[in-house]
Amino acid sequence: MNIEAVKSIYFFEMARTRRTLLQSVVSPVISTSLYFIVFGAAIGARIQEIDGVSYGAFITPGLMMLTLLTQCIGNGSFGIYFPKFTGTIYEVLSSPISMVEIVLGYVGAAATKGLMIGTIILVTASLFVDLSIAHPFVMLFFFVLTAITFSLFGFIIGIWAKDFEQLNLIPMLVVPPLVFLGGSFYSIDMLPPFWRAVSHFNPVLYLISGFRWSFFEISDVNPIASAVIILVFLTLCMSVLTWIFHTGYRLRN
Amino acid sequence: MAPIVSVSNLSKTYASGFKALKGVSLDIEEGEILALLGPNGAGKTTMISIICGIVNASGGHVTVGGHDVVRDFRETRAMIGLVPQELTTDAFETVWNTVSFSRGLHGRKPNPAHIEKVLKDLSLWEKKDNMLRELSGGMKRRVLIAKALSHEPRVLFLDEPTAGVDVNLRKSMWDVVRGLRASGVTIILTTHYIEEAEEIADRIAVINGGEILLVEEKAALMTKLGRKQLRVDLAHPLERVPDTLSSYNLTLEGDGHCLIYDYDTSAERTGITALLAALAEAGIRLKDISTRQSSLEDIFVEIVGAGQ
Ligand SMILES: Nc1ncnc2c1ncn2[C@@H]1O[C@H](COP(=O)(O)OP(=O)(O)OP(=O)(O)O)[C@@H](O)[C@H]1O
Ligand SMILES: [Mg+2]
Repeated sequence: MNIEAVKSIYFFEMARTRRTLLQSVVSPVISTSLYFIVFGAAIGARIQEIDGVSYGAFITPGLMMLTLLTQCIGNGSFGIYFPKFTGTIYEVLSSPISMVEIVLGYVGAAATKGLMIGTIILVTASLFVDLSIAHPFVMLFFFVLTAITFSLFGFIIGIWAKDFEQLNLIPMLVVPPLVFLGGSFYSIDMLPPFWRAVSHFNPVLYLISGFRWSFFEISDVNPIASAVIILVFLTLCMSVLTWIFHTGYRLRN
Repeated sequence: MAPIVSVSNLSKTYASGFKALKGVSLDIEEGEILALLGPNGAGKTTMISIICGIVNASGGHVTVGGHDVVRDFRETRAMIGLVPQELTTDAFETVWNTVSFSRGLHGRKPNPAHIEKVLKDLSLWEKKDNMLRELSGGMKRRVLIAKALSHEPRVLFLDEPTAGVDVNLRKSMWDVVRGLRASGVTIILTTHYIEEAEEIADRIAVINGGEILLVEEKAALMTKLGRKQLRVDLAHPLERVPDTLSSYNLTLEGDGHCLIYDYDTSAERTGITALLAALAEAGIRLKDISTRQSSLEDIFVEIVGAGQ
């Protein structure tokens, strides 16, 4: 194991985060506050409570997931795409470092950054609403596993993408609808039966539901199903990566 | 002694179907400077990329220090430093950070003293805290060299190190290269410039169209260089070289209108005076005389031309 190399990549990526501290920390705080003002204050005044939880508190896990998913995919994909784009990837490829170590460095950094920002959102949210976490370990399980899984997913996108358009395709076009329709801001019980059924095909619903359960013990789907879904997706990402490393797909043409 | 780098029967077909390498074999001895000479698209960068692990080979194999570059990539890549042809740098990093990063990637513990020495050797010390985008092209090239030297490699690949580099810098670069060789580092450099190969290399390999056409000691090539040709245009064409001149090893060209005499300028006697006397004696009338020295360039063009 080339620990020095993993450390180098990890801290190199974290240094990039430090340089862009303002946009990476301030912007999620601002957007979270906006969500709270718009959804929490405006809509929350009418909805008041869902399953005995105040609306502001109810949307917090969904907001954290929304940011976690976007950040992890964004950072995971950019971290590997950027050196591919500038050509500096040559150095990583010609180093005595295995693909697993490359992933540990890049994905570790992306997940760390995602977790940091998720935590900032949790803290910001607690300024607006009363929050309690019923099952802290389950919460951490979903929080950390989601960060790792979606950073891996981002990493795959970063390897696959041939230009910036492709790089942004999934994070911009696919993720937000899945998150917004995944019950971030409502319980799917509020939907008509048809859309409720459709929602069950949205994997993000399971993540948000399981995550929310760890806070308030309320959920749209069985938390076990949520845990299974995230583990399945993690396995899927790892299998795809294993295949990529085996074939050198779009890395060592 | 076993070669430090051994390339055998290496081939590469790109995804586009293009055959960039067609069964290349080449041994590189420890401690030598080998110049890889070849025109654009010859396959130089492709070969280096395979040795360094950036591109997968389609066939054949490579060992570095006795280790296979695919199976034992950790051993081989730790030994190798690479200066790529393209100027690729992280615009927003500082010189110091990017060079230290390279060292870490190669699994070496931080060693500020070594980084400092490398930067000073390459006259980059004053720029150590500058961001890369604030450097000139030649300075960026030196940063790439510093990155390649950051982990104290035993084998150094320089892919066109002098592209876009001024005369002074080129000189100091060769000083660094010679210093490295003196400390036992093996150096492989690619270039289009024959004078450059002549100046610095111990051996020269010529590659074209994905094939190695020649590998030779520079000294041996230089003796070829030392040869000159005397060309004698005749007033009346000859059918064949007269027997009286057979000792001169002449060739008849241009439908018998011209005699070519090869001689060695470094020899004590060139034999020109005697040849001219013999020609007069044989009653051959001359129209014109000219001499010509073949350069490495000619040899190169000849070899590359013949290969096509
Ligand atoms: N990624 C690629 N896909 C397809 N063809 C490629 C690729 N990279 C290189 N080639 C082709 O392979 C051949 C050899 O390229 P290579 O870069 O090895 O040449 P070179 O000897 O380094 O040339 P130069 O002196 O211009 O740097 C060229 O014809 C090039 O077009
Ligand atoms: Mg090249």
